[in-house]
Order: sequence, then structure tokens, then C-alpha cells
Amino acid sequence: MKFSTKGVSEKLIPWLVPIMLLVGWQLFSVLGIIPSRILPAPTQVFQAAIDLSATGELMNHVSISLGRALIGFLIGGIIGFAFGLFNGIFRFAELFFDTSIQMLRNIPHLALIPLVILWFGIDETSKIFLVALGVMFPVYINTYHGIKSVDKGLIEMGKAYGLKGKALFFHVILPGAMSSILVGVRFSLGVMWLTLIVAETISAHSGIGYMAMNAREFMQMDVIVLAIVLYALFGKLSDVIAKLFERKLLRWNGT
Amino acid sequence: MREKEPTFHIETEHVEKNYPGRSVLKDINLSIKKGEFVAIVGKSGCGKSTLLRLLAGLEMPSKGQLTMDQRPLAELNSEARMMFQDGRLLPWKKVIDNVSLGLTKEGKDRAKKALQLVGLEDRMTDWPAKLSGGQKQRVALARALVHEPSLLLLDEPLGALDALTRLEMQALIEDLWQQKKFTAILVTHDVEEAVAIADRVIVIENGYISLNQSIDLPRPRQRTSTPFSMYLDQILDRIMGRTQQRKITLLRSYPNTTKV
Ligand SMILES: Nc1ncnc2c1ncn2[C@@H]1O[C@H](COP(=O)(O)OP(=O)(O)O)[C@@H](O)[C@H]1O
Ligand SMILES: [Mg+2]
Repeated sequence: MKFSTKGVSEKLIPWLVPIMLLVGWQLFSVLGIIPSRILPAPTQVFQAAIDLSATGELMNHVSISLGRALIGFLIGGIIGFAFGLFNGIFRFAELFFDTSIQMLRNIPHLALIPLVILWFGIDETSKIFLVALGVMFPVYINTYHGIKSVDKGLIEMGKAYGLKGKALFFHVILPGAMSSILVGVRFSLGVMWLTLIVAETISAHSGIGYMAMNAREFMQMDVIVLAIVLYALFGKLSDVIAKLFERKLLRWNGT
Repeated sequence: MREKEPTFHIETEHVEKNYPGRSVLKDINLSIKKGEFVAIVGKSGCGKSTLLRLLAGLEMPSKGQLTMDQRPLAELNSEARMMFQDGRLLPWKKVIDNVSLGLTKEGKDRAKKALQLVGLEDRMTDWPAKLSGGQKQRVALARALVHEPSLLLLDEPLGALDALTRLEMQALIEDLWQQKKFTAILVTHDVEEAVAIADRVIVIENGYISLNQSIDLPRPRQRTSTPFSMYLDQILDRIMGRTQQRKITLLRSYPNTTKV
């Protein structure tokens, strides 16, 4: 009995501070200590969410942003993963590509925004391109290092037990690199949102970032804050999903 | 019909192994009978693991030849299985899946039987991280034995275990060796362990075999008996470079012996 109450309270305690902040914020807004020109009350933001949902506008922007995030993440992630694998496994590929990739990695991808707009305009392509570019490097680096740092003793053991090629890869190398790969994935999810926010804010005609920029022109504080809250929620959500994957794929070392 | 010559299971002829800038094994000549239990001792870094890797076919000698049943060893030795000091279980596979590594589907039953041999059938579905050091080595032993190797290579498998667990494991290895009749080559830094379970103890020094000593004691061996400690002294003297002749002269040095 005591044990289970402890479990519940441990789940609840982390939420106390956010809830208190929210209540305080609401209180100060109602009392007029925070003017709504500076920050709207939580209830106003909530109301904005309801209003925008009713017109279908919110759903539209959210699904467009999520689509960009996902497609960009998949493209960048797959390219980064593939290069990480090849360069980690094949010495030739490593010699051929690694230095170039490391050089490109040092360019902040957001610095390319002006160029990307000139290349692709402000349509979907430019956003997806930037997200993919940002996601690619953390996935690459962590996959590459994960493969490189698989215990040589385990590889030797695998070979001594007759594993080679595909079997050696799937039984020894990939699982050995998995925790590092997942670190890369988690990190790149953060990069994904950051890139999307910046790209949508600077130039777009749809998406959460556009919704915020558009609201700024009409001084709709509640919508701006709503956009920020949405980004925070999606950021948290992707982190939770990444953690779930980690827990599932790395069960063996969580004992 | 001509009397069949005593054929050796494994032979190494003038085996040398060099790594860039370093010559590890210089002239290794060994003949090991089928079912024999040989222990290899020597200082750290003298090339014991290297010799086992050659026998496993994980690496090829720089010069010379290794043969198994008269056939030269040119690739991975499929009849040999190796057990390593650190166990090298795959942490992401449950015990049973570690044991059936490299086997096909029907291997699961064989893996279960192998785990029974080492007394760990009840830990089948545990992660290796949950096992003690001794249990991990038992799983590693099961994993090696499930392939029914004719040659078992043991690279300091007990080096990291506490003294009591080590005694237990020595008994287990000796017992399984007597049951399964494989040839065993055990690398160890524990000379007492070598004298206790091997038919023959080999000392490697500076890349050569400096001592090749049969242990003619009945099994199970009494570690406190006088002949036992005489063997022990003699081998330790050899390793430590004490050259004076001791009480026993049972030893017959081999032609390639170097005196240091
Ligand atoms: N792959 C390798 N490349 C270069 N040197 C090696 C390699 N493997 C082993 N050595 C060297 O060979 C020597 C013998 O190593 P090893 O056989 O592991 O010794 P032991 O097992 O007797 O302690 C050591 O000096 C080691 O540094
Ligand atoms: Mg060694």
C-alpha cells in the first residue's frame, strides 16, 4: 500500500511546479498585474485554441507543421543513418566521405536560410530541406561513432562463433551501436523542431510558425502564445516517444 | 596392416606471428593429441591469446603452419570454440539466445541442454547483466559447448572470478571435458590451476615454448600432495627465471627451449 502511494506521488510531484505557475499566471492576469497586452491569461490562450479549432484553422496549421517535421526528419534521418552505417563499417566509405561530412557539419544549417529561400522559394521544399539538413548530422555522427565504438571483443567473439556479414551486423554491430544511435535520434528531434520553428517564422504561408507571425500583425497575443505552447507540447511529445523507443530497444541495460 | 601412427589432433609447425613492429610468437611447435588437456602459462603479453586466436582461425600465422587432423588451417576453425576471460556475452540477448548464437531455430533445444550441463537452465530468460561473474562464465561455457566442438579454447576464462567460484568452475570444466572428450587448451595465469586440470603444461616465454611438462598425476588431483607441489615449483621456477635444477628431473626440455 505504502509502496503504491509512493509511486503515485512520484508521478505527480514533477507536475506541481508547472501547475502552480499556471495558476499564478491566471491569477496575476485576472488581477491585472500582468496586462493582457504583454501576456494573455491561460484561459484566453485556451479560448483561442477552441476558436481556431472550430474554424479548422488550427488543425490545418498543426498538420502542415507535423508533416514537414516528419518528412524532413525521415529524409535527413535516413540519409544520416545510411552514411553513418557505411562510414562506420567500410573503411573505404569512411575515407571517402567522413572528412567532407565533418566539414559540412560545421556550417550552421540555419545560416543557409537565405540561400534556401532563393533556391526553393518559401514552399514546402525549403522547410523540409532545412529540417532534413539539420537532422542529418546528429544522426550521422552518433550512428558513425556508435558503430565505431562497438566492443571489438564482441565482434571477435561473433566471428569466432561463425557470424559474418548480415548476421554479424544484426546480432552484434547494430545492437551494440543502438544506444548511441538513439542518442542521435533524440538530439535530432530537438534540432527538427528548432529548425522548423525558425524556418516557419521567417518564411511560410502555413504552419504553426506562420500562424504566430500572422497573429503578430493583428496583435493577437493569445494566438502567439498558443503557437509557443504547441511547439512546447510537440517537443515534449517527441521526447516521450524517443524515450519509449529507448526503453523498448535498450531493455537489456535498464535492469 | 601397418600399425597406425599416433596421429595428433592439432599440430603447429614453426609457427610465427608478427604484428607491425613486434614479433610475438617466434617458433611454436606443438603436437596435441585428441582429447588431451593442455594448459598454457606465461607472463602477460607473451602471446598466449595470440596463439589461441591462431588455433581458432581468427588470424593466420605470419610463418609456419597449423594443422587440425592433418588438414592445414586456412580459415575460421569450425571445430573450435573459444571462451574468453570477460565472457563476452551479448548484453542485448537473453541467456538462452546467447547460448544459441549462430545456431538455427532447432538450436533452442540444444541450447537448453547445454544450459542444463552448466546448471543454469532456470536462468534461461534472464539478461546477462543479472548474472554473477561465475554464472556469466557458465553461460559462456554452455555457448561454447552447444556447438560440440572437438577443440575447446579457453582464454583465461576464470581469471576474473573469486577463488571459490574458480575452484567450482575448474571442477565443472574438468568434468565436462571427461564427459565430452574434446581436446582442451586452457590459457591461465594460475599455475596451480594448470597443474590441477591439465595433462600437460606449456610455458611460453619470449615467443618460444620454454617448457613442455606432462603432469603424471591421477585425477581428481590432490592439490596438497607432494608431487603436486613439486610440479608447481618447477613450473613457477621456469616462469620466474630461476634456472637451478630442482628436486625433480621429470622434465624433458624440448629442442627449441631457450635458456634465459
Ligand atoms: N592485433 C594486434 N596488433 C598489434 N599487436 C597485438 C595485437 N594483438 C596482440 N598484440 C600484441 O601481442 C602481444 C601478445 O598479446 P597477447 O597474445 O594478447 O598476450 P597474452 O594473452 O599472453 O597476455 C602483446 O604485446 C600485444 O600488445
Ligand atoms: Mg591474453
